[in-house]
Amino acid sequence: MRNRKATPYVLVLPAWIWLALFFVVPIGGMLSLSLTTGNVVSGFQQTFEVGNYVTAVSTYWEQILRSLFYGACATLVCIVVGYPMAYWIAFKAGPHKSTYLLLILLPFFVSFVLRTISWRFLLADNGVVLGPLKSIGLVPADLQLLNSAPAVILGLAYNFLPFMVLPIYAVLERMDSRLVEAAHDLYAGRFQAFVRVVLPVSLPGVFAGVLMTFIPTSADYVNASVLGGAHNTMIGNIIQSQYLVNNNYPIAASITFVLMGLLLVGIFSYARALGTERVMEVHT
Amino acid sequence: MSVHLDTAAPSAPPPPPARVGGSGRSPRPRRRIDWGRYYTWLVLAWLFTPILFMVAFSFNDPAGKHNITWQGFTLKWYANAFAHPTLNEAMFNSVSIALLTMVIAGAIGSLLGLALGRFSFRGKQLTNLVMFSAISAPEVVLGAALLSTFLMMNVTTGYWTTVVAHVMFCVSFVAITVRARVITLDPALEEAARDLGAGSFTTFRLVTLPMLFPAIMAGGLLAFALSIDDYIITTFVSGEVTTFPLWVWGSTRVGIPPQVNVMGTLLFGVGLIMAVVNIVMAHRRR
Repeated sequence: MRNRKATPYVLVLPAWIWLALFFVVPIGGMLSLSLTTGNVVSGFQQTFEVGNYVTAVSTYWEQILRSLFYGACATLVCIVVGYPMAYWIAFKAGPHKSTYLLLILLPFFVSFVLRTISWRFLLADNGVVLGPLKSIGLVPADLQLLNSAPAVILGLAYNFLPFMVLPIYAVLERMDSRLVEAAHDLYAGRFQAFVRVVLPVSLPGVFAGVLMTFIPTSADYVNASVLGGAHNTMIGNIIQSQYLVNNNYPIAASITFVLMGLLLVGIFSYARALGTERVMEVHT
Repeated sequence: MSVHLDTAAPSAPPPPPARVGGSGRSPRPRRRIDWGRYYTWLVLAWLFTPILFMVAFSFNDPAGKHNITWQGFTLKWYANAFAHPTLNEAMFNSVSIALLTMVIAGAIGSLLGLALGRFSFRGKQLTNLVMFSAISAPEVVLGAALLSTFLMMNVTTGYWTTVVAHVMFCVSFVAITVRARVITLDPALEEAARDLGAGSFTTFRLVTLPMLFPAIMAGGLLAFALSIDDYIITTFVSGEVTTFPLWVWGSTRVGIPPQVNVMGTLLFGVGLIMAVVNIVMAHRRR
C-alpha cells in the first residue's frame, strides 16, 4: 500500500481538471468578456470598463424583474401543487411509493422542448382545450391563453414540478412517524400535528425545492419563447439572442453576470444556512 | 432525472396504514375518503396531458403544416419515422453525444464520488462548493460562460464542444449519486478481503467495484438522460451541429412535423418500458 495519501488526489484529479477548465475558468472568462468593448467586426478590447453593466441593467431591467417574478410565481405554484402530493406519497402511498415517484418522472423521458411545445398546441386559440369550450359557448370566443404571462408560469411550473416534489418527499419519507403519533398523544389534532410537527421537519426539503425550482425557472427562456409570445420575454431570451443572434458579447456577458449575481445571493445564503452537502443529499 | 430514485424507496417496509390520521381512539371508525389519492392522480393527469396529446397526434393525418386539429387516423408517420434525413442526423448526434457523456462523466464522476465518500483530503470542501455551484447555476449561465471562453480562445463550436459541455454539467450529478452509495458501504467487507490477502487493487476490483456498480450505472444513466434532453446549454455550444431537442425547436418554428411526435412517442415508450421493468423488479425483490 504505497502512497495511500495520494489515492484520493488521483481519484479526483480528472474531475478537478474538467470542472476547472470547463466551469471555473469559463465563469472567469465571462467576467473578463463582460469588461470588454468593441464588436465582432473590429474585435474586442479588454478595457475593464463597467459601462456594459450599466447599459445592461438600464436597458433590460424590465426583463430581469419579469424573470424573477415569473420564477417566484412558478415556484409558489410548485409548492402549492407539489407539497400535498409529496405528503400523500410519503405517508399514504404505502408500498406503491416508488411507483408514484416513477410516474412523476416518466414525462421526463419526453424531451423538455417537445413537452413545452405540446402545451403550445393544447393552449392554442382553437386548440384541444379552448376549441370545444368556445364552440359550446362556455368561454368567450376571444379568450386567449397562449402568449400570456399565466401560460408562461403554467409552463414553468409544469416543467419543474418534480424538482419541488422530490426534495419534499425525501425529507418527509425519512421523518420518524412516531413524532406524529407523539403529537397525537399530546392531544394535537390533525391540523395541529401538521403545523407544529410535520411542516417544520419538512422545511429543509421545501427550501431545497425552492432553490431547485426558482433558479432554473427564473433563468429559463424556452417557456417564455414558446408560450409567452413577444411581450413576455425573460432575461434568458435576451442572453440567448444577444449571444447567438446579435453577437453583442460584452453586453450579453454582463447581463448573464447580473443574472448569476442575483441568483448567487440566494444560492449562497442557502448554502450557508443549511450546508452544501445537505442540499445535494436532499437532491438525490 | 429518473434513475437513482428507486434506491430511495423499495426496501422501506410498508408503514401501517393510515397512522397519521385518527389514532384509533374514536369508537366508531368512519371510513375516510382518501382525497390525497384523487389529488395525486389529478396532478399526474396534468403531468401527462401534453404527452397524451403528443402520442395521439403521432397518429394524426394533418391536412396542412399545422398539426393541431384532428384530421384522421394514420400509421404512415410510423412507417416513415426514419425517413427524415435531418431528423435522423439530429437523433444520431443526440444519442452518440449522450453515450459519450455517459461514459466520460460516468467514469470521472464515479472516481470523484468514491473519493468524496471514502477519503478526506485537502480541497474537499472546495470541491463540494464547486460541484454545488455547477449543479445550482442556471443552464443559461453555464452555456453562456462556456461560449464566452470558446469565443475568447477562438475555439470553433460543434460536436466536441457539446460533448465537453455535457460532461461538465453531468459530472457532479454522477458524483453525488456514487457518493451516496459509497457512504453506505460497510468498510468491514474490504478489510475482510485484505485479511484474505487481496492487494488494494484486487480488493477494489473484486469487492468495492461490484458493490458500487448499481450506483455507477444509475449515475451513468442519469448523465445519458440529462444529456439527451438538454436544450439550453446545447444551443450555446453546438455551433452548426443539431441535436434532437434543437431540431424539434427549429422545425416547430414552421409547424410541427408529425415525425417529431413519433420520435417523442418512441422515446416515451422506452421510458415506459424501463419504468415497468423497474416496478416489476422492485416487486420481485420484496
